[in-house]
Amino acid sequence: MNEQLFRGELVRLTAFDAEKDAETESRWTHNAEFARLTFAEPAKPLSPVTIKKKYDDEKEKERNRYRFAIRALADDRLIGFIALQWIEWNNGACFLSFGIADAVDRSKGYAREAVRLVLRYAFGELNLFRLSAVTGSYNDRAIEFLQRAGFQIEVRRREALHRDGRRWDAVGLGMLKDEWSKR
Amino acid sequence: MNDKLFEGELVRLTAANSEKDAEHFARWGQDSEFLRLMDTEIALPQSVKEAKDAIVKWMETERPDGIGFVMRARADDKPLGFIGLNGIRWNHGDAFVGIGMGEREYWGKGYGTDAMRVILRYAFTELNLHRVSLSVFEYNPRARRSYEKCDFRVEGRDRQVLHRDGKRYDVIFMGILGEEWRVTGDK
Repeated sequence: MNEQLFRGELVRLTAFDAEKDAETESRWTHNAEFARLTFAEPAKPLSPVTIKKKYDDEKEKERNRYRFAIRALADDRLIGFIALQWIEWNNGACFLSFGIADAVDRSKGYAREAVRLVLRYAFGELNLFRLSAVTGSYNDRAIEFLQRAGFQIEVRRREALHRDGRRWDAVGLGMLKDEWSKR
Repeated sequence: MNDKLFEGELVRLTAANSEKDAEHFARWGQDSEFLRLMDTEIALPQSVKEAKDAIVKWMETERPDGIGFVMRARADDKPLGFIGLNGIRWNHGDAFVGIGMGEREYWGKGYGTDAMRVILRYAFTELNLHRVSLSVFEYNPRARRSYEKCDFRVEGRDRQVLHRDGKRYDVIFMGILGEEWRVTGDK
């Protein structure tokens, strides 16, 4: 048994705290680069009050969605999020999404460790069978990152994304529990 | 201009009518094979009241990201099933089409293919989408053939994502671009 599912060497995964974190998440939504790398929806700034409402909505979805704050262990600063969502318990399937919001916090191993923790949580605690992730073909970094983490490219929905006048593919990746256990 | 947007050769697409259609939806929902061909979720029968509420919520309430139709036989106006565009991403011009042919005696006779052709024409000439997506289950080759007839192309598969009767099956993703549809579908 591993007792520390939520703590690594560099980061820990925690709940979001509506009072403290809404301000930070609101700031993230003003970062268009982050928004476009992370979501297919149109980038849109949201106020802290709107973010707080989303926290309340998420409470209701709890059984189908587990969303964590990623905090740097060094200073406990909120640097990103990681989520398992659209869980289908009958199929043991779900989607992974995550992001490190500020460019200065990227390439420091935070996301790698957060994903490692969440894969263990998904396969070892939730006992899921497979995870999916989707990103745009413009996000080479995420695709390579996920492949290094053990995901395989499975789907390429041609020209499903439209940004700055160009068409990009929606790239779907997947990882099975077996593939995770062998690593 | 095409003023017969909702008419196919065998079917027409109409708005749902929760008062009249709920009993048919509830009856289709008793057919577990139909449910498993149509959806990844847990098969579960619905009462007429639940079916009615679902029709009101999903088909009779206008949604910004979806539209649902009831398929009816042109010959006698009998409701056969439903078809709709969901998860429309207006900013990207992409949507997922979903179809459920509830009346089993209409399976394999071209009614679903006809309805799909009608909704593709609607997606590309009225909604002006760039592409239409769908997913089909590995154990549903009849549906896959129908989609191939409409010129959908396979774009990949989620491996082993479905778990039915102790076995694992893939979900196959297919897509068609507007420019591909215009070559053969724009009649």
